[in-house]
Amino acid sequence: MSYYFAIIGTQDNPLFEYEFGTSKQGGDGQARFNEQARHLNQFILHSSLDIVEEVQWTNGQLYLKVIDRFFTNYISCFMTGGNVKFLLLHQPTATAGGASSSRNSTSVGANPTSPQTEEAIKNFFTEVYENYVKAIMSPFYKVNMEIRSPVFRQRVAAAGRKYL
Amino acid sequence: MASSKASRLGEEVWKTRMDKVNAELVVLTYGTIVAQLCKDFDSDYVEVNKQLDKMGYNIGLRLIEDYLAKSNTVRRCSNFRETAEMIAKVGFKIFLNITPTITNWTSDGKQFSLVFDENPFADFVELPDDGRAQDELWYSNILCGVLRGALEMVQMQVEAHFISDVLRGNDTTEMRISLIRYIDDELPPEDD
Repeated sequence: MSYYFAIIGTQDNPLFEYEFGTSKQGGDGQARFNEQARHLNQFILHSSLDIVEEVQWTNGQLYLKVIDRFFTNYISCFMTGGNVKFLLLHQPTATAGGASSSRNSTSVGANPTSPQTEEAIKNFFTEVYENYVKAIMSPFYKVNMEIRSPVFRQRVAAAGRKYL
Repeated sequence: MASSKASRLGEEVWKTRMDKVNAELVVLTYGTIVAQLCKDFDSDYVEVNKQLDKMGYNIGLRLIEDYLAKSNTVRRCSNFRETAEMIAKVGFKIFLNITPTITNWTSDGKQFSLVFDENPFADFVELPDDGRAQDELWYSNILCGVLRGALEMVQMQVEAHFISDVLRGNDTTEMRISLIRYIDDELPPEDD
């Protein structure tokens, strides 16, 4: 399972991006995207912004679950109150799952739309959201500015390890 | 003995006589001031430190009156150690609800450090990552000015500056305060 996480500002401008892999089931936390398709992640993620706009008013929730899919790439979305979008692209590992599928089928990530996965991603988003609020409360941060804080990056990484 | 008395006094005044404001309001307001100064002076952090100190000085000159009124102290401190106790356990307590630790006295009793375990100004703050702010900006420098101004009004000339700050990645936030001299009361010439 590989993840690509990005925060998109109110002008559809990227504020933050982070790539990581699963730490569950003995994962080492490294992203295993196909090298040839890796650069497409950004495109896939940003192309789902249209869908975000469609679904964002359909329910009052901040967490919109999986909103888009492109082949094996699933996009989950979380909107903040200030119209900043957290997008997480998750890609189940294609080949490795086959042998031990009975065990993996219940694991986070093997089935991207299962309630367990949704819950795990929700927890991840919630934790990132808390830290995001702290990061933008810094007086030296301005709206829609790229988030460069190393502390924030560490905390996103920690949240990724914890839940995904 | 004197130390616990000061703690009690600080606690009591804080509970009964002080108006409280939301901590985040303070954080954001102070943060905005510092950020704006950095912008106005084109990130000349040395100058920003100076301006903060000056602002603090002007606050201190007036804040001492409020301090004396609220704490109802009529008696002078008998020595500089007692002054330090009152600053840490009454002054900081009633205005910021923190009690910095007093340490590192010099043997002549004229210099000490205040170590801040918490700093209500610095919540959420991360210094700009331009490579200089970490070395030059003393984010909470206004406090130095406040102490300098307040003590000057009660006949003590002091020098105060920060020597470490957790925002810079140091382990502690420490302010060094040195007594330069007692300003003598300028008595009118006695007429016999």
